[in-house]
Amino acid sequence: MINRLISLIRKEFIQIVRDPRALAITFLMPVMMLILLGYAATNDVRNIALAVLDQDQSPASRALIAAYRAADYFQLAYVVSSEEEMRQLIDNNSARAGLIIPPDYSEQVNSGRSAQVAFVLDGSDPTVANTALSAAILIGQSQSTRIVTQRLERLGMSRAALSPIDVRTQVWYNPGMVSAYYMIPALIGQILQFLTTLLTATSIVRERERGTIEQLIVTPLRPWELVLGKLAPYVIISFIDMLEVLIAGTILFRVPINGSLILLLTMSALFLVTTLGIGLLISTVANTQQEAMLTTMLTLLPSIFLSGFFFPLAAMPVWLRAISYLIPLRYFLIIARGIILKGVGIASLWSEIVALIIFAVLVMSAAASRFRKSLD
Amino acid sequence: MTETLIRVSGITKNFGVVRALAGVSLWVKEGEIYGLVGPDGAGKTTLIRLICGALRLQAGRISLCGFDVADETERAREQIGYLAQRSAVYEDLTVLENLKFFAEVRGLPKEEWAERCRWLLEFVGLAEFTGRRAGQLSGGMKQKLALAVALIHRPRVLLLDEPTTGVDPLTRLDFWRLIIRLVRGEKLTVLLSTPYMDEAARCTRVGFLHKGHLICEGTPRELRSRLAGRILELIGEPASLLIDLSRADRQVEDVQRFGNSLHLRVQEGQAEMVIRRLNEAIRKAGGRVHRLQLVEPLLEDVFIVLSEG
Repeated sequence: MINRLISLIRKEFIQIVRDPRALAITFLMPVMMLILLGYAATNDVRNIALAVLDQDQSPASRALIAAYRAADYFQLAYVVSSEEEMRQLIDNNSARAGLIIPPDYSEQVNSGRSAQVAFVLDGSDPTVANTALSAAILIGQSQSTRIVTQRLERLGMSRAALSPIDVRTQVWYNPGMVSAYYMIPALIGQILQFLTTLLTATSIVRERERGTIEQLIVTPLRPWELVLGKLAPYVIISFIDMLEVLIAGTILFRVPINGSLILLLTMSALFLVTTLGIGLLISTVANTQQEAMLTTMLTLLPSIFLSGFFFPLAAMPVWLRAISYLIPLRYFLIIARGIILKGVGIASLWSEIVALIIFAVLVMSAAASRFRKSLD
Repeated sequence: MTETLIRVSGITKNFGVVRALAGVSLWVKEGEIYGLVGPDGAGKTTLIRLICGALRLQAGRISLCGFDVADETERAREQIGYLAQRSAVYEDLTVLENLKFFAEVRGLPKEEWAERCRWLLEFVGLAEFTGRRAGQLSGGMKQKLALAVALIHRPRVLLLDEPTTGVDPLTRLDFWRLIIRLVRGEKLTVLLSTPYMDEAARCTRVGFLHKGHLICEGTPRELRSRLAGRILELIGEPASLLIDLSRADRQVEDVQRFGNSLHLRVQEGQAEMVIRRLNEAIRKAGGRVHRLQLVEPLLEDVFIVLSEG
């Protein structure tokens, strides 16, 4: 019995190895996605090109510009001499923001009045604009606080009396708020889901498409042996892919794995049961490999958009959030991010773990009841 | 006494609303070659798939060597070798890997299958090609590999679904030589479906399937004798005139062309009359008759009558 299983698995591996192109894609795709998502799909806005029109040309105006340059949100890209010139730079996308310092800036500041500084923004990309806006306001405020403080200190007041509230922010878990840290656990989930579903569905459908399933059916292989023998190789490949992403993530993006690696692997295995089940279910519906591929895509898209992969669940409308509870990937992402970023254990994740177990049992039993060793 | 190895009783199979088989029963005894014939869509493939358990039965019983296919599926399957219409071998595996895989999946120990493989490859003529990928074999060779795969576990019953369709005539002959050697040498019992009447003529017994019913059964001789005294062979010229005049005769039921001769099927007991009448009519119309006489019916003639229902 065990021998039958081993020979089925061995046959599957021979077939996998004999298709080197597919094999290469299987192993290259995760790293490619990691690099793309890690570097490109980032919300961290840095180095916004800034054009500066300094009409004052005083030590005070230079101090303000220096404050903007000091924060790495902005990069002083152009010093212009007219508003017209600034408009052109923003129009042709050379600059995304502009700072206009009026001619009477130092005079106003030194005389204790409020000086008006204009900040111009290109709002076409809301993510960039939002970041630039809040950064510009913050920098301006802190510069004005500094000026007030200096002024009052000169009058002999103590520093502590000047700021009654001092908010000290502390970011836990991902202190640098690096997007890649957030992406990599998600990518592990996505790879586990996409690859296993696709590979299992197509490998079973291929037997049907080429007619070899008839020959397998008349052998004494039991249905569960057939399923296990077909799935096992792809479980192994998916696990290798997962480790690949973990290792590449730690090396390329220095993602810290704060929690237990064993727990992470166990939870991945649990999630795999669900995705294998989905693949198996698809194989019972699809007649050709192409159908299997398209159906896999169909299950993948809602998983990515409704699992909190890119878009925070908290920002979704209530009805959409309700649907997200039906997406197994949602629970796995919470678990994976919890383990990798927060370093938390079973105690904090038990409700998600229970949800995943329920999904695994439901999907697998649905697949097993539909999968028959017959051509019907 | 010879044992009955395949026992099909009253089986029915529907695909949705389409009735594929309606109450078919047949028995195949040890050492027989049973041929299933019938037009496309008659249910031949469905019947064979039901016997090997690849499709589920809706009504009736099938037993193979005494094992019920529905209840003792795996025991029943141990008794059969099955060759599907499309040669189902793994194209990305080599000839030997294919045999090895199916041997192991069948649970044969290595000592046993290694020897068996060598013998089978020699037998089907693929001994030189053990390392070649199955995808690079010709159609006929692929079919022979599939035959070897079906025989790897020394089955007592061999089920073949149109094994020679799409294979060149020489390979077809070759294939039949193998089957006959198997029946004699390995005491194999064979059930096969075929669209070719010359192949049906080689079978011990033939069953005719039509629209899901087994409408008649018998040895090729018995089947042919059903039309004894009713088939005339007509050779002459011009061909179109012969056909027109034959069709015009009210006692001629059917006219078929076989090469350069025509086969006329006449009503029971009317052969002499038709011969006399046609000879005269053709001469009057300016045609020539080289031969017009009663002949032994061919299985084709029987097939045509049966297909007309």
